[in-house]
Amino acid sequence: MSLVMDVPAAQSMSRSDLPEKVSVRHLSFFYGETQALKSISLPLHRNEVTAFIGPSGCGKSTLLRVLNRMYDLYPNQRAEGEVLLDGENILSPDQDLNLLRARVGMVFQKPTPFPMSIYDNIAFGIKLYERMNKAELDRRVEEALRGAALWNEVKDKLGASGLSLSGGQQQRLCIARTVAIHPEVILFDEPCSALDPISTAKIEELIDELSEQYTIAIVTHNMQQAARVSEYTAFMYLGELIEFDRTRRVFTSPEKKQTQDYITGRFG
Amino acid sequence: MPEHIVKAYDRELEALGHRIAEMGGLAEKMLSEAMDALAELDVETARRVVASDPRLDALQREVEESAVLTIARRQPMAVDLRECVAAIRISGDLERVGDLAKNIAKRTAKIAAEARLPRAIIGLKSMHDVAAMQLKDVLDAYAQRDVERAREVWSRDAELDALEDSVFRDLLTFMMEDPRNISFCTHLLFCSKNIERIGDHTTNIAETVVFLVTGESLPVERPKGKMAFEPAESS
Repeated sequence: MSLVMDVPAAQSMSRSDLPEKVSVRHLSFFYGETQALKSISLPLHRNEVTAFIGPSGCGKSTLLRVLNRMYDLYPNQRAEGEVLLDGENILSPDQDLNLLRARVGMVFQKPTPFPMSIYDNIAFGIKLYERMNKAELDRRVEEALRGAALWNEVKDKLGASGLSLSGGQQQRLCIARTVAIHPEVILFDEPCSALDPISTAKIEELIDELSEQYTIAIVTHNMQQAARVSEYTAFMYLGELIEFDRTRRVFTSPEKKQTQDYITGRFG
Repeated sequence: MPEHIVKAYDRELEALGHRIAEMGGLAEKMLSEAMDALAELDVETARRVVASDPRLDALQREVEESAVLTIARRQPMAVDLRECVAAIRISGDLERVGDLAKNIAKRTAKIAAEARLPRAIIGLKSMHDVAAMQLKDVLDAYAQRDVERAREVWSRDAELDALEDSVFRDLLTFMMEDPRNISFCTHLLFCSKNIERIGDHTTNIAETVVFLVTGESLPVERPKGKMAFEPAESS
């Protein structure tokens, strides 16, 4: 009589054998003097969705930003420890950042389409990394838009501005832009917090589909969303990893009291 | 446990607990009165038991409705979600306990006219005493979130199964002795089955209490007493 969410036990057992795509080991992070992450260790399993939850300021977005070294854009921010992507430490100084960000894509809280056509929004990123003829580029743009479940809605107006789309469509355009360059890991930073419920449902459906091809990490304030979309959940508080476990475990009978208090709305 | 940030949420969950407590009290009362009625062949008391049942049914519907509403409104997680699920399950079990007690009362009304064999009822009385104790213990375990007590209830059910077996043999003997006993004893057989089933619902509740508190499930198989006419083990 265990409260199983929706993955049959047998299936979830076999999936737990999936290798670690990303291994975070003893990761600490500093904004100047302030320590935002305190020796975090956790895996991101290949082709699984891992959710990061926790109250504001707990370090979940910081952790996400370390995974593609977004913080390198800012002075006085530094990381210690290791983040292994397929066994290689991406924090090492000789890591090629452009290559890293092609392998680890990111989708932000607010949709951020470029002020250019829908087509160019996608093609722009592809052309940064690869050279190809027009026919091939057309094919890649279509593939990306299909991958982001947006093709049918925009195929007749690819020349229209990306900004003319609705919020939900803009967010899917950003996802299309991310998948267009064939990343291996996709990071979502509260991708639905600015969207209405129907757009949210479409993004969640998309995340589910994308997880068949990509390793996904998602930061969300919406606990039900974490419970719905993820296979693993990490609960963080004040820069520490409090609990990491299968999502169905975390949301039905978490091990730690702090986790329980947070997810049940008892956090003082 | 600390309070929810939203106070109304705490009040909803408390209200669920109170309704379960009320159902438990009512089910206990129905069971004990049904047994008193049977022991004394008292039709008046038996009618009272039957008349109590609609109240228990109504309470069960209320528990289900409020639990479903809380799930829809608050999307409970972890212990809160288990609280809602447990309330639905336990109210279902208690409602069945009431039905079974009511059935004993109805049979009492039928056999009261042909009172025979007071000693046939002694075994049933012992069964009732065990079942009533189990029910009381499991309701206390629920009220106090006491896993140990729930586990004890769960493992003690074999006692009731063994008693049922001996009552079965006694009643069978009475029926073979004198065919005029058959109708009376058949009703008593059903009564003993009812009490045994009340024991099963009690262990269900015990399982739910363990799930509610720990999030874990008890094993599927629980200790069983020997059944009548179980094939003899070849040794």
